[in-house]
Amino acid sequence: MMRVFAIAEIKENTLDESSFELLNLANCIKGDGTCEAVVIGKDVSEFAKELAKGADKVWKIEDDALENYNPELYTDVLLQLFSKEKPDIVLLPNTSRGLEMAPKLAVELNAPIVTDIVNLDVSNGVKATRYIFQGKLLVDVFVKKSETYVFTVRQGVFKEGMELSGEIINAGVKPKITPRREFVRIIEPEVGEVDITQADIIVSVGRGIEDESNIELAEELTKLLGGVVAGSRPVIDSGWLPKDRQVGISGKTVKPKLYLALGISGAFQHVMGMKDSELIIAVNKDPEAPIFGVAHYGVVGDLFDIVPVLIEKLKKIKG
Amino acid sequence: MNIIVLAKHAVDPESEIRVAPDGKSIEEKGLVYDINDWDRYAIEEAIRIKENHGGEVVVVGVGYSDDTLRKCLAMGADRAIKIPIDSKMDPYVTALAIKEAISSENFDLIIAGLMSQDYNYALIGSLLASMLDLPYATAVTSLKLEDGKIRVIRELEGGYGEENVLTLPALITVQSGINEPRYVSIMGIKRARKKELKEISVDVGEGWIEVDKIYTPPVRKAEIITGDPEKVAEKIIQILKDRGLI
Repeated sequence: MMRVFAIAEIKENTLDESSFELLNLANCIKGDGTCEAVVIGKDVSEFAKELAKGADKVWKIEDDALENYNPELYTDVLLQLFSKEKPDIVLLPNTSRGLEMAPKLAVELNAPIVTDIVNLDVSNGVKATRYIFQGKLLVDVFVKKSETYVFTVRQGVFKEGMELSGEIINAGVKPKITPRREFVRIIEPEVGEVDITQADIIVSVGRGIEDESNIELAEELTKLLGGVVAGSRPVIDSGWLPKDRQVGISGKTVKPKLYLALGISGAFQHVMGMKDSELIIAVNKDPEAPIFGVAHYGVVGDLFDIVPVLIEKLKKIKG
Repeated sequence: MNIIVLAKHAVDPESEIRVAPDGKSIEEKGLVYDINDWDRYAIEEAIRIKENHGGEVVVVGVGYSDDTLRKCLAMGADRAIKIPIDSKMDPYVTALAIKEAISSENFDLIIAGLMSQDYNYALIGSLLASMLDLPYATAVTSLKLEDGKIRVIRELEGGYGEENVLTLPALITVQSGINEPRYVSIMGIKRARKKELKEISVDVGEGWIEVDKIYTPPVRKAEIITGDPEKVAEKIIQILKDRGLI
């Protein structure tokens, strides 16, 4: 009987959506086994109740020292629980924190680990599916037989849930180690002049814009369309646009009426921040760019050929 | 301050990537390799620390990595270690190989890139830290050295960050944008020729995973607008008009 453990994530004092997605996957693969959530913090009773609606069991690990996330303390209590409860599969979200804890768990459990999975097949051995080359290709990997397996799961994939009413159990474990990493504080997102999440029209630029001086081109187009300029990570990293203009998992999530993606390849980290836009038009030189998998309309071409013509035509219309 | 930097010689994801006829590997033809983008920031950060605090920067590569290691030496690393194994897309093997190869090194800090631009596992750094039982932090966007400690800000989702202090020796992985990596100078390339690039062979046995198949994602959702720029622009304007956006 397979026991699938899902490690919930708490962010800004709320249960992260990814936690439920882990339960969804766990319920899919558990067969006649169990889907068991684990939630860690100072006081997690409310979160445990929410999780119980999608799990067979919820393990609650509470301690004052666990108030803030710390990978050493959190993995320490998880490993104590695992040594008693022996999970077959451990799932974590493919988030900044999930990705930090998962490898530590794998090493300590002497277990295989595969990150950022989008599918898991346990019908005949264990086979995981994930994207490589920033979304260009998919790979199926066989994972060798092991007592325990660790996976991190891509966000936004496992949306279909199951209604359960699991039992909440106090795990009865406490941190036993002295961590060598100390939590100091959470840093709030930067607030800029423009809130791109409120814009109806966004012209977004990526690596394909090539140089800071070319941002002007996007700005000119934006003015004519009446929108705001945003960008993907490489543009923000280069300092060509401020951090509060970044669209993606580590930046903002936007849902404008028009998202015009110029020279953006469409790595998953970016796509998660814009995929729900009402209309997405993408211009990219690379016909294999993953952005075309999410755009409604695509232009395979050089943005420097297309955008100036578009600007001229819009100028004529506007008089 | 002795620093080890992990650098991967990796396929540029924007080069022409095709599945090979065996369905389990990538066609070599058309591939462009360079230093993994995240590792450029890692080596830059290490060199900056050395410039401010002294010490040594040792760069480590797994598999064929000569060009990338030379580049790091030209940027300012002091010596390089190459581990000539094929880890076959298994990060566990890579991390274990690095652990073995650096067993005689004295270091205060290991810096790796957050992930590789080819396989995107984001695992090597934190696997290695766990194998070596080091404190660690991933996705670091800024750092400051303090007495026997390192203060870091790491990136969370949604524009949030998290400040932590780690006791040295420690391992961090850096997010892109943490600094502005320098260009390689002609002088740097000349100096790099005299620097040590040592091969260390290790035997780490088999890994955990085996590739079953590699394939193209099934969905291609976008309706492609074709024609010369004039036609394309007209069509885009038509779409925007139809939607009442202009």
